[in-house]
Order: sequence, then C-alpha cells, then structure tokens
Amino acid sequence: MDTIKNFTGKALFLDRIDINTDEIIPAKYLTEISKEALGPHLFEDITLDGFDLTRDISGKSVIISRVNFGCGSSREHAPWVLEVNGINLVIAESFARIFRQNMFNCGMLAVELPSPVIDHLFETCAHKETTVTTNLEKQVFNIKAGEKEEEIKFSLTDFDRALVEAGGWVEYADSNY
Amino acid sequence: MGKTVAEKIFDSHRIDNPSDNIHVLRLDAVFCHEITTPVAINDLIARGKDRVFDTQKIKAVIDHVTPAKDSKTASQGKILRDWARRHQIHDFFDIGRNGICHVLFPEKGFVRPGYTIIMGDSHTCTHGAFGAFAAGVGTTDLEVGILKGICAFHYPKTIKIDVTGTLPAGVFAKDVILSIIARLGVNGATNKIIEFAGPVIAAMSMDARMTLCNMAVEAGATSGICYPDQTTLAYLWPFIQDEYPDKSEALKAFKKFRPDSDATYEEQIKHDVSQLEPLVTYGFKPDQVQPVKEMQATEIDQVYIGSCTNGRIDDLKIAAQVLKGQTINENVRGIVSPATPKIFKQALDEGIMSIFMDAGFCVTNPTCGACLGMSTGVLAEGEVCASTTNRNFRGRMGKGGMIHLMSPATAAASAIAGHIANSPLFKG
Repeated sequence: MDTIKNFTGKALFLDRIDINTDEIIPAKYLTEISKEALGPHLFEDITLDGFDLTRDISGKSVIISRVNFGCGSSREHAPWVLEVNGINLVIAESFARIFRQNMFNCGMLAVELPSPVIDHLFETCAHKETTVTTNLEKQVFNIKAGEKEEEIKFSLTDFDRALVEAGGWVEYADSNY
Repeated sequence: MGKTVAEKIFDSHRIDNPSDNIHVLRLDAVFCHEITTPVAINDLIARGKDRVFDTQKIKAVIDHVTPAKDSKTASQGKILRDWARRHQIHDFFDIGRNGICHVLFPEKGFVRPGYTIIMGDSHTCTHGAFGAFAAGVGTTDLEVGILKGICAFHYPKTIKIDVTGTLPAGVFAKDVILSIIARLGVNGATNKIIEFAGPVIAAMSMDARMTLCNMAVEAGATSGICYPDQTTLAYLWPFIQDEYPDKSEALKAFKKFRPDSDATYEEQIKHDVSQLEPLVTYGFKPDQVQPVKEMQATEIDQVYIGSCTNGRIDDLKIAAQVLKGQTINENVRGIVSPATPKIFKQALDEGIMSIFMDAGFCVTNPTCGACLGMSTGVLAEGEVCASTTNRNFRGRMGKGGMIHLMSPATAAASAIAGHIANSPLFKG
C-alpha cells in the first residue's frame, strides 16, 4: 500500500538551467528493471561547476534548481533515481512537462517557485547547510539555513495534491475510473 | 468560440475534468517499447492487475536495442514479448519485423487524424504529423494507459507557427525544425502544443512532417500537430478504404481536425524560410544552432544516418543522392540504419543500399541504436558524430563524445568531406 512520502530534509542546490534527463540518469542504465539498481548513478554525467558527485548527494532529501529542470526524455527513471536516493521533492523555477508529471505520478513533489524567490534562495542559502521542511496541508516550506529561517508559500492544484496523497497516479486512477 | 486542433481532440475524448484544467482523456492508441514498458508490466503483475484494456489499441515493439546485446536487454525484450503473447496483443513486432516505433507504427497505419496516443517515449509527438494528439509520457502514465485506456493532461494551449516562403533547394524539414527550435529555445514551448501551418508544411510529404513533429519536444512542446489534408489521405487510404464510401468522405472526416478560423492561440508566429540554409547544432542543446557553412572546420569521426527523426525512405533517398558515385572520407565511420524492414527492403530494391555500401557505409538493422548510445555506434571519448538524430545532450551517444545534429543531406556530405559540410544540393 503506497503512502505519502517524506518531503523534509537537507537541500542540494543545483545552480544551472536545463538540467536534462540524460544528466539525471544516463540512457545506458535504462536496461535496469529495478529502481534500486539505478541508485549509484544519479547525476553521474552531469556538468556542473563545483558539484562533487562523491560528496554532494549524500544525506540530501530536497533539490533546489532553476529553469526547465528535467528536460529531454520521458524516462520515469529520472524521478526513480531521485526517489531511491531519498530525494522526493524538487523545487525549481520551472520543469519540463513530462518530468513534472512523472514526479506527481510517483507521488513525489515538483514545485515551482517564482524566479525572484529562487534567486533569493540561491543567494542566501546555497552556501550553507539548508533544511527544507514541507507542510503539505498548509502548502508552506520552512527553510532553515544557518541562523536564518523563513517560510515560503507554494501552491499545488487539487489534482496534484490528490496524487501525492494517494501515493501516485495508479492508486488515484484505480480508485476513480 | 473556435477551437484549435488539440482543443477539438480533447473535447471529443474527455471522460473527466477532475480539477482546474486537468482533463482525463480516453486513448485511441497506447504504444509500447521494451525500455519503458517492462517496469509497468511488472508493477501491474505485483498489484494483481495483469490485464490490458484493449488488445487492438495497444501496439508493442522491441526497437531500442535489437537484437539484444546483453542479458539485461534480452530480459527487457522477454518481459515485453511474454506480456504481448499472454494478452494476445494483436500487433507486437519482434526481430525480423521490428522497426523504430515512431516510423513503424505510422507505416502500419496505426495513426489517424484526431487520435489520442501515448507512449513511454518523448518523441511520441512524431505522430502529430497526422493531426493526432500524440504525447510522450512516463512509465506510470503508460501503466494506467495499458490498464484503463486513459491519460490525464493539462488542457492544451497552442502556439501556431505559420511556415511561409519558399524552402530553398537543399534545405529540408530537419533544417526547418532546427530553425524553429533555435527561435523558441528548449523551453519555449513547454506545456504547449505547436501547430505547424502554412504553405511550406502543406507542401511537405508525411515523412517530412514526421521529421518536423518528431522534434517538437526539443522546444519543450507537449506535441506538434500538422493539419490533415490530401497528403495525409494519400498515405492512409490503403488502411482506411473500407471505412469510408470514397476518398472525399474520408477527407471530410479528416478536415474536422483542422483549427477553426476563430481559434484562439497562445501565440502566433510567422516563420519565413526563404533565406533558410542548412543548419547544424554546435553545443549540447538542440537550440544551439548555426549555419553549416560556419562549422566547416569541425572534423568528424562518425556519421549516423537513421533514427525516428530521419530514418525514413525520403531521408535515405536524399542521402543517396549526395553519396552516389562517392566514397566517404577514410577517417570517417559511416553508419546507416533504415528505420523499418519495409524501408530497408525498398532501399535495397531501389539500389539505395548499394550506394551507401559502395560509399563505405556500414548498414545496420532497423533500431534506435546509437541515437541514445545504447548500441550500433557508441562514441569513444573525444569522438565527434555528424548525426541525423534529435538530441545532442552531452555524452548521449557515448561518454565524452560530441554530437552535431543535421539533415541527412548534410550528414552524407560531411561523411564525404571528413568534416561538417554542405551538400551540393544546397546552392547558397
């Protein structure tokens, strides 16, 4: 029985636009049938200044990024590889359509925040250890970076909310259609 | 109030509007391949729901890695194969009959104007060339599609692009779509549908329209759509002649899926191609485009002619025109991959394969192959490929390899030259 996932934890800041699905999980791993097998290969081929594959992913539960996150392929392996690495929430200025839908279909969260808010988060939090606490009911993020703490509102459509609460699209569709 | 093509298709297929602008549509077709379907199949089995909504509307093919190259790909093929047999999927294509999905399925007459189609593959937008709403989805959407024959989408906003002017000789649909992606950007059509309109599109063959719609997703689009017309009818008539009393009745039915004159668009763009020249990508995003003539210093190691973008008979014919009587540069590996057995056979019968082989090309079976670096032409670190595929993301064809996207004519000319070069078909 699928339950609501965890959307709280430390944040990984990825400061680049157009992070594509080949960078999230390379095509050569699409021959894996288990989600677990994808785990070690998250961001294996990403090009990103200052990003350390061996150090930066561990212990993170949230990603914060910029425009057009998840562009490229329809592969749902992209959300899966995040999920098996304990990351269920991606916050970005915008998402590619298929990636975004795949996230909610898996009961995960892909939340858009306006450009000035994203800029502000990068400016004030990216260089510190940042923890995001998600209040799904009130649709608010509590973001703690160093000594500073702030609340940022987000919005989910009723449908997206229903998918997350159901644990994904299969559960929702099976109950309703 | 008038409707766009996508709005007409949504309105005629909607079974629910659960919230905001979410519309649940019934599906006319669910296409499956061996990379994204197995996880859905296994999940359905695990849930005790190992069934399908319709054995005629689901089509399946093994195409991405075929024949199997290792145990993992063999297992993926087996899961799909066993499932297709178990559920008596009427149209399942295996070795010897298989081809690249987005070329094979139209060739078999599975796509119609006004259809709703999903597949676990981002280039599903190809089928919009027939005036269908065809969108790429992930495995979970595919799973629900297989089980219930439905899928949920945001109500479509449409960008209309009027492609006008006269396409110069030697400039092809691939160059047109690259110029449109360069203009919109990789994020310019996100969550939108692109209607490709205008006299230049009307003059295009179905093969060319499929090249165009195939890359709509590279501008972020949910899908691309061309208006069904006489050309669409001529292509589909062999498959539909028993469904209509005559061709004019069929055309009337097709034309229902053209936009109303008072349809409302998010954006309307005029795109004149009279001065267009052959284009090539230079970076790691499909919107990073330059004229071929500015890239002629770039040496290449491999040329790849094939894929769901440019593996059709028209593409092979054009490349063969350039290659006829020529041999490719001694430092270049040429690979050509006709996209389906029918195309391969036609190319053989018409002497096109001989031209490729005499020029020095390696000919593969129909497969997606090197397009996503899974087989038949993976690049080594530092190598450069002139490719007729649709995506140039860093490392896609092989870690440390570089891809330059271009038309088949440009790819053939580049193979001869040993560097990126314009074909003699372009007089500019």
